Amino acid sequence: MSALNTKLLRDVRRLWAQSLAIAFVVAGGVASLVMAVGSLNSLEETRIAYYERLQFADVFALARRAPKNLLTEIAEIPGVASAEGRIAKLALLDVPQFAAPATGEFISLPDGGQPRLNQLYLRSGRLPQPTSEHEVVVTDGFAKAHSFQPGSHFSAILNGRKRDLVIVGTALTPEFIYALGPGDRVPDDSRFAIVWMAEKALAAAYDLDGAFSSVALKLLPNASEPEVIKRLDALLDRYGGQAAYGRRDQFSDAYIKHGMEMLRNMSRTLPPIFLLVAAFLINLTLTRIVALEREQIGLFKALGYSNRTIGLHYIKFVVVIVAIGIVVGTAAGTWLGAYVTKLYRDIVHFPFLIFAATPGIYVIAGALSLAAGVVGAIRALRSIVALPPAVAMKPPAPPRYRRVLPAALSVRQILSQPAVMMVRNISGHPFRATFTVVGLSLSTGILVASLFLSGTMENLIDVTFFMAGRQDATVSFVERRNANVIYQVARLPGVVAVEPYREVPVRIRKGPLERRVMLNARPADADLNRIIDVDLRPVVLPEGGLAISSWLGDLIGAKAGDVVEIDLLEGQRRTVSLPITALVEDYFGMQGMMDAAMLSRLMREVPTVNAVNVSLDISRTGEFYDTIKRLPSVAGLALQRLSLANFRKEMAVIVTTMATIYTGLAALIAFGVVYNSARISLSERAREIASLRVLGFTQAEVFRILLFELALLTLLAQPAGWSIGYALAWLLKTRMAADVMRTRLVVDTLTYALASGMVMAAALASALAIWQRLAQLDLVSVLKTRD
Amino acid sequence: MTQPIFTASALTKTYVTGEVEVRALNNVDLEIAEQEVAVLLGPSGSGKTTLLNIMGGLDHPTSGRLFFRNLELTRLNDRGLTSYRRQHVGFVFQFYNLVPSLTAYENVALVTEIASDPMRPDEALALVGLQERMHHFPAQLSGGEQQRVAIARAIAKRPAVLLCDEPTGALDSKTGIRVIDALLGVNRQLGTTTLIITHNAGIQQVADRVLFFADGGISRIQENERRRDAAELSW
Repeated sequence: MSALNTKLLRDVRRLWAQSLAIAFVVAGGVASLVMAVGSLNSLEETRIAYYERLQFADVFALARRAPKNLLTEIAEIPGVASAEGRIAKLALLDVPQFAAPATGEFISLPDGGQPRLNQLYLRSGRLPQPTSEHEVVVTDGFAKAHSFQPGSHFSAILNGRKRDLVIVGTALTPEFIYALGPGDRVPDDSRFAIVWMAEKALAAAYDLDGAFSSVALKLLPNASEPEVIKRLDALLDRYGGQAAYGRRDQFSDAYIKHGMEMLRNMSRTLPPIFLLVAAFLINLTLTRIVALEREQIGLFKALGYSNRTIGLHYIKFVVVIVAIGIVVGTAAGTWLGAYVTKLYRDIVHFPFLIFAATPGIYVIAGALSLAAGVVGAIRALRSIVALPPAVAMKPPAPPRYRRVLPAALSVRQILSQPAVMMVRNISGHPFRATFTVVGLSLSTGILVASLFLSGTMENLIDVTFFMAGRQDATVSFVERRNANVIYQVARLPGVVAVEPYREVPVRIRKGPLERRVMLNARPADADLNRIIDVDLRPVVLPEGGLAISSWLGDLIGAKAGDVVEIDLLEGQRRTVSLPITALVEDYFGMQGMMDAAMLSRLMREVPTVNAVNVSLDISRTGEFYDTIKRLPSVAGLALQRLSLANFRKEMAVIVTTMATIYTGLAALIAFGVVYNSARISLSERAREIASLRVLGFTQAEVFRILLFELALLTLLAQPAGWSIGYALAWLLKTRMAADVMRTRLVVDTLTYALASGMVMAAALASALAIWQRLAQLDLVSVLKTRD
Repeated sequence: MTQPIFTASALTKTYVTGEVEVRALNNVDLEIAEQEVAVLLGPSGSGKTTLLNIMGGLDHPTSGRLFFRNLELTRLNDRGLTSYRRQHVGFVFQFYNLVPSLTAYENVALVTEIASDPMRPDEALALVGLQERMHHFPAQLSGGEQQRVAIARAIAKRPAVLLCDEPTGALDSKTGIRVIDALLGVNRQLGTTTLIITHNAGIQQVADRVLFFADGGISRIQENERRRDAAELSW
């Protein structure tokens, strides 16, 4: 090996702590990108493969009772590849040893077993016999939640009649990856199940022989979905059809897609920022490290080495350090990516997982880090190799220091000499000080942004579960009921307060833009289920008009005061024009909201409800559950507390896990920056420090000068860091907003304090490392080796 | 006198630092003969180091001309000077300037790897009596040993000239004499023209000529009848 390469390896080893710290910064940037993109691609690939293998349908529609021969006509709609009718009904379940009532969505299986569309992925057991009246297959999650196995029993109220059912298999399906019970906000496997049953049995129970109540279509690749939906609606109209919808409005798919969208937006926002910040910091750090080699570079020139050879040597040095970071970062990123992917899979129940290798990302992350390091090295080298070797071998001329205070003041010793040294050192190297401050504030900034992510989830929980939805439970009915039903519910044991809730599916349209949403109505004085706006104030619904989510307003380009067209997709199916009177900044989904009385006038119906929100006497919930289980008209019971627990467990866990990972990586970057800053500043001033020590300053006194300087720069960096963090948080909030969920831009004091605390802890740890270095400083050799 | 190896005419070097302008070298004319040993004596700031740096191609003069044999150094660009240093010049500095992360052997190899007709690093170290300690790092060597490594590194390429800036400045007299001995040995065996800057008047006795510097110029040149051996020195 050439002497230069030997020097290179020894230098990397000698500077191992610094090299490692820089490698950490690189690794932080690379890992975040590799993790985010890797996990996202894996999930996306998996989803696509899952949909393809199990023939997930494209268009869905419900009807009251449509004859089977209509399916031939449906299949002939241009663009339809295949159509499949089935029976789908909600029914209350009674699970042994489980107090709360559960809900099942019963879906018929054709005589052949597997349907052509929305097939089942059997996890255990078999499909029901076509002739069996009791055999069912249930969703895997429901079975696991109750430790059910093939052979286990539970009962259900099918069309008013209680029936004992036996599980013969458990399955997953792409149609219900994300399955929500009536009134629920988040999936709960213990209280909501998809139950597949032989068509004959289900048809007999609901008197639907030769008929279907649900249809799924697979479209040809070039089909026009809106056109198909229009024709399908026309065909089903006579049979009590509800408006058909595509995948965009299919709950499970929409949720999965939006969940991934959120992850994608998160991964397109934070990791690039991380990588850029890391690149910037690598650049700064390596510039300074190479600049420290000034005298050796002068020597190499004196010995006759060409600028090219010297340049190459230092570029290699930089490449080795950055490469360590890239290797560590790639490994860590891949591991974290796999971890996140598995976490996600466990939550959404993908039957398999395809790990998508994304070599492009590794290359981008690596190349950017390398380029940043190499450019930094070249920048430092250019100024040094331009010097004649005789000049380069001498230490750089000191900057032109200036008086900070008038002479008269320093005579009176307002500042001690060490303090003057500190201030002059900062003001004498304004660029260096500025870059250090910039590096430190970027570190604080990315920490604030990462911490904001988990904080915002807690905030969402707070607003949604404690301010908006204050009911203990929501009782949903199979069919809409006369509003008087609230008095019956109020008389149920344990019920303290009741509030009606009505919702109607609608298409809301302004010009060419339309979306299918739920229009919900509640009484003007609603107190249990309230609408909370972005300022955390309860919204009073306007009497004459419609309030919509402001996210929806943006999507269809409607502002307050605009008139929108509403297709009512239930009952008489009219189209009405309504003025928008308010835009509400809400966090979940998209909705239209109006006063209950107004909605019933609009629907030309007597006041009706789909659900009743109730407040419960906790001591009597058992009795309440038992009564509900016996009510045939009830489709399900949503429990707010369980929802909260599930939200924490499922939705929030992904975001918080990601946030924790990002915070960890940001902390790593912050530490790398602070440590290098401190270490390089020690090297740059080794001679000055040795002189002070020779003059009789104690190690502690010298340390204090360095520490004050580091502390001053760290403190100076914090306010800028908070601003950067707030800006990044805003960017994250804006980019993560999706139809399904939005977050609030709340960066509380604790977040700022925590971020700054972490940077300061890094500074403190670095200071301790510096203390050790100071103890090892060989005074004589430092003073002797330079002229 | 044989054909001179260096011919300088009206060499001037002015440094500007901040608002201060320093004329480090003022109109110097000088010839140095092949294989000559010359000692440059004079107080600090008299221009010795500046002249040596320019002769070694480490710095450019502000004006004047300088020839190395038939090569006009003052017309060379950076690349030309680099190749000049690489082929012809060996340096020895007061503070050794060894690469701390390389052993004695490797420090010498740093030069032999890029020279066209070098001796082996161990040969060069043997010439300065350090073959026993060639795998030690600079930090494990005494000052005199480090300086001898620097000399070995300077001569390993068989340079035409050896430029030494205060080679004994950081050493005690006994060690200093060993270092001078090593330099004279190289001059004898390889015929290397050797220029030595020193503050130490005692060393002048080993030279063919002594150049006295004052205020950026050569005030006097003294020719010695007989060059003494290092062993005869004391200070």
